[in-house]
Amino acid sequence: MPQPGLADTPSSLRPSPLRRLQRSLAPTVADGLLSLGLIALLLWVGLQLASWAIGRADWAVLQLNSMLLLVGRYPLAEQWRLWLLAGLLAVQAGLSWGLLRAWPRADRSLQGWLWPRHDRIAALCVGLLALLLPAALQLALPLQARWWLLAAALLALRWAAGRWGTRLHRHQLRLVGLLWPVLYLAGLWLIGGGLGLPRVASGDWGGLLLTLLLASFAMALSFPLGVLLALGRRSSLPLLRWGSVVYIEFIRGAPLITLLFIGQNILGFLLPSGLAPDRVWRAAWVLIFFAAAYLAEAVRSGLAAVPRGQLEAARSLGLSQAQALVQVVIPQALRVALPTMVGQFIALLQDTTLLSLIGLLDLLGTARGIMANPEFLGHSSELYLVLAVLYWGCCASLGLGSRALERRLDPRSEPTRG
Amino acid sequence: MAAPMTPPTPPASSALMIEATGVEKWYPNGFHALRGASLTVRRGEVVVIMGPSGSGKSTFIRTFNALEDFQKGSITVDGITLSNDVRQIDAIRREVGMVFQQFNLFPHLSVLENLTLAPVLVRKRPRSEVEGQAMALLERVGIAEQAGKFPGQLSGGQQQRVAIARALCMEPRILLFDEPTSSLDPEMVREVLEVMQALAHDDITMVVVTHEVRFARQVAHRVVLMDQGEVVEEAEPETFFTAPRHERTRRFLEQIL
Repeated sequence: MPQPGLADTPSSLRPSPLRRLQRSLAPTVADGLLSLGLIALLLWVGLQLASWAIGRADWAVLQLNSMLLLVGRYPLAEQWRLWLLAGLLAVQAGLSWGLLRAWPRADRSLQGWLWPRHDRIAALCVGLLALLLPAALQLALPLQARWWLLAAALLALRWAAGRWGTRLHRHQLRLVGLLWPVLYLAGLWLIGGGLGLPRVASGDWGGLLLTLLLASFAMALSFPLGVLLALGRRSSLPLLRWGSVVYIEFIRGAPLITLLFIGQNILGFLLPSGLAPDRVWRAAWVLIFFAAAYLAEAVRSGLAAVPRGQLEAARSLGLSQAQALVQVVIPQALRVALPTMVGQFIALLQDTTLLSLIGLLDLLGTARGIMANPEFLGHSSELYLVLAVLYWGCCASLGLGSRALERRLDPRSEPTRG
Repeated sequence: MAAPMTPPTPPASSALMIEATGVEKWYPNGFHALRGASLTVRRGEVVVIMGPSGSGKSTFIRTFNALEDFQKGSITVDGITLSNDVRQIDAIRREVGMVFQQFNLFPHLSVLENLTLAPVLVRKRPRSEVEGQAMALLERVGIAEQAGKFPGQLSGGQQQRVAIARALCMEPRILLFDEPTSSLDPEMVREVLEVMQALAHDDITMVVVTHEVRFARQVAHRVVLMDQGEVVEEAEPETFFTAPRHERTRRFLEQIL
């Protein structure tokens, strides 16, 4: 359904830009003063930050440690694997983004060269991140250029997939979603080695690489577990229901840091010696079980929001309980739960900083290691600022992706454009 | 779609499609919803169930496809006796379509996908074949041009017509209607009733819970009054509306006519 936008109003009725600015910033005198005050405050903060960043800050600490922050002690000779993985991820992300847009909607006739406004904003953010992050890490120019290339590939593929993706059949479009798990396994292989590639021990993974790897691993596996727990909590079988409730409430009642310590110490005893994972994977499994409990609650609220009639309609058409859940109830529940779930994912990403307390060298752990080095004493502000930018970048892209998905999944969303 | 306005001839002594005897149901909160309700429906028959709200008419037809369970009595649908056996329940549901008051279309699927989901998944028929049949059905209910839209983009009347087409796409032998026009705006009631009237001329067996007197008079072979969980009166439309035998029917008719 086309939304009546500004473009549809006759130009004579549209206020002038100056008038619009006045209306949004200072509809009354008091609002105007408030706006002026806020603008002044923002300017002052910005100026202070800029003068610190240019004058007093010493960015050498970043330049010397940039690769440490990015990948930890990952051997230099094998780092091409990470670049290859980053390239593959950019390609896949660009394709998915574009094809998400190209997904057949009610009205296929509306296609143009222009991207929808939200996508232009997202593209701008991707561009900004590609410029900001390598710059924030003070990477060498050739390395910065690689990041720019990756971002350019992502955006170009988004454009191409959005432009021509509509010609693909729906079932071909579905395949793109299936590529993600394949790519994920390939990523694990590229990072860890084996099967012909030299092994890189998980103790050598670090920095942003370890943070993103653990966070994405926990997100990917906690999601199905969370859905199962949510279904279990609504099950009519008492044992299943009470088991789920006890699990969810126990995990939600315990701080993550205690669970992480428990995991490091106890998981080793519980599992047979050959299966006991090393420290990194032990932490990863704790993160999965932790996040699943919170996701389960988000999914449960989504399930509760699906009207009972949906299940009845599906069942009266002859679908089995499982078919009705998978085809009808869960897709609708997930759409409702999506914003909450992404909120949990963002929290999970930030929770990975606790890994530094159990001695893993994630992004924060690596940074703390650098700060402890007498050579770089007194430069923690610079490091913390860059950490903040990095974490913000990751969380912002999660948020953007989720909002794009949300709009796409809305059955009343506007038709395809570009 | 304009169906002839004369009531169709009642079928001869054809096979029993629904046979419900002495059905009793208590809700978990103790409410005695059905008190020995009985009804037989023959093949090709159109039976309209009327009655005041809370009389158990919706609950009654929902027991026919096991959306509601019951504690006493027996129900046989298309030769299969309803029990707790899940496979039998699934078998019955494949043969019995249902149209709901709130349409209950799947909002995350397009109109066409709403129709094709069950035949492809349950009957394991090839998608292309089902899509052809679905388009023909949408044509028949007059909304083929909306096939690519989503339910949220349609009016209530259009949604209910899609819901009827969705039920028909499973090629059921029995169609249950649970107050199909009650949540529609008045001007949309007609388009849905016309579709139902056209259906009534087919071989399909229909049980309709409705308050639409005109539909009952013109289309039904038999009209049934339910009150307080039991079947009070059962008669041909003319007799039902002009010369009811029971006092409760008379009182009910006074209120709605």
